[in-house]
Amino acid sequence: MQTVVTLAAAAAGHEENPLGLVWSEFILSLVVFGILLYLIAKFVVPRFEQTYSERTTAIEGGLAAAESKQAEADAKLAELEQQLADARHEASRIREEAREQGAQIVAEMREQAQAEASRIVEHGKTQIEAERQQAITSLRAEVGGLATGLAGRIVGESLEDDARQSRVVERFLADLESGAGAN
Amino acid sequence: MSSLATVVRAESFEPPGPNNFDLPGFFGSSVTKPMVLIVLAAIVVFAFFYLSIRRRALVPSKLQYAGESAYGMVRNSIARDIIGGHDYRRFIPYLVTLFFFILVNNLFGSIPFLAFPTFSRASMAYALAGVSWVLYNAVGIRRHGFVGYLKLQTVPAGVQAFMLPLLVPLEFFSNILVRPVTLALRLFCNMFAGHLLLMLFATGGLYLIKEVGGIGYIAGPLAWVLAVAIAFLEMLVQFLQAYVFTLLNAMYLQGALADEH
Repeated sequence: MQTVVTLAAAAAGHEENPLGLVWSEFILSLVVFGILLYLIAKFVVPRFEQTYSERTTAIEGGLAAAESKQAEADAKLAELEQQLADARHEASRIREEAREQGAQIVAEMREQAQAEASRIVEHGKTQIEAERQQAITSLRAEVGGLATGLAGRIVGESLEDDARQSRVVERFLADLESGAGAN
Repeated sequence: MSSLATVVRAESFEPPGPNNFDLPGFFGSSVTKPMVLIVLAAIVVFAFFYLSIRRRALVPSKLQYAGESAYGMVRNSIARDIIGGHDYRRFIPYLVTLFFFILVNNLFGSIPFLAFPTFSRASMAYALAGVSWVLYNAVGIRRHGFVGYLKLQTVPAGVQAFMLPLLVPLEFFSNILVRPVTLALRLFCNMFAGHLLLMLFATGGLYLIKEVGGIGYIAGPLAWVLAVAIAFLEMLVQFLQAYVFTLLNAMYLQGALADEH
């Protein structure tokens, strides 16, 4: 047992204190850490930060672009709808106008036709009147001639003389008229 | 005599101790394993970030995405959330470097063939704690002036005057003197103890099988199974220690920059 104790004591004497400071390791750690810090700060962190900010701007820019596109589309849609409403309004206005115009035209035509008709009727009337007058005149002459011829033959009286002839005709006609008037 | 025999046999097992961390230099030089590892860690960290962000694509590749996630974790959840304001941007390089440098160095403890957490060498933890101490004090003195900074760190707000003689030395002790020590020791002790535990289970298991026999054939492999479990636990500790170290740095910087608390 004695030997065990002494052996353990001897072993403890050899052991280095694990908490002791080893300068070479201390300084090496400082240097290596310093170099790594420099490299990371110089080559790594700026790139990560730049990538982050680029990504942020890209995403934000994309969102903004999409937003403006959306607004543009909305404006265009509103414009188109406005145009469509205008066109509809215009169309109905034109239709209304056309209807009015049509009615007016129909009325005008009717009026014109009526005027024409009455004009034609009037014309016919005057023509008839004129023809009647002509017929009366020619009948009077013819009836006179016939009557005198007939009377001459019957009476045997020469009625060649114009003055007498017309006098006889006049008298005859007057008799006729008075006879008609008496009836 | 049989009891003495077991004592002798147990005594022939040399448990791993602090000496196992004091490795000889390669080829008789003074360049030791932790020295090589710390340089390797710096190369790994820089190479990872440099390669991941080399292209600076707006739509990231897988590697760039990994780099951005790693960088963004420290940038956003440590630097921005704790320091905040617009001050935090200045400290992003420091905090990112610190976190990943410690993380990779710690993870070396769980990587086969490397199998040595660099910060189980106390001097290396001292170096980082020293950097942290100088930095947060310098930042505070630059912001508030020497007296203003001392007042900020040592005189708690809203305390009655007669309490101050008691509190000022206490605050000075805890905020100025103890912080670098606890920073360094927390990191060092976790790495040291975790690695020691792993070595103990690994060598102890081997000893049980080779030298003890009998029950050792069951206990030895069981020790190795436990060693694997502990190795996984260690990976968690390795990450957590890097995180805590960086988080505390950010909090110290925030405290040094704060107007009045």
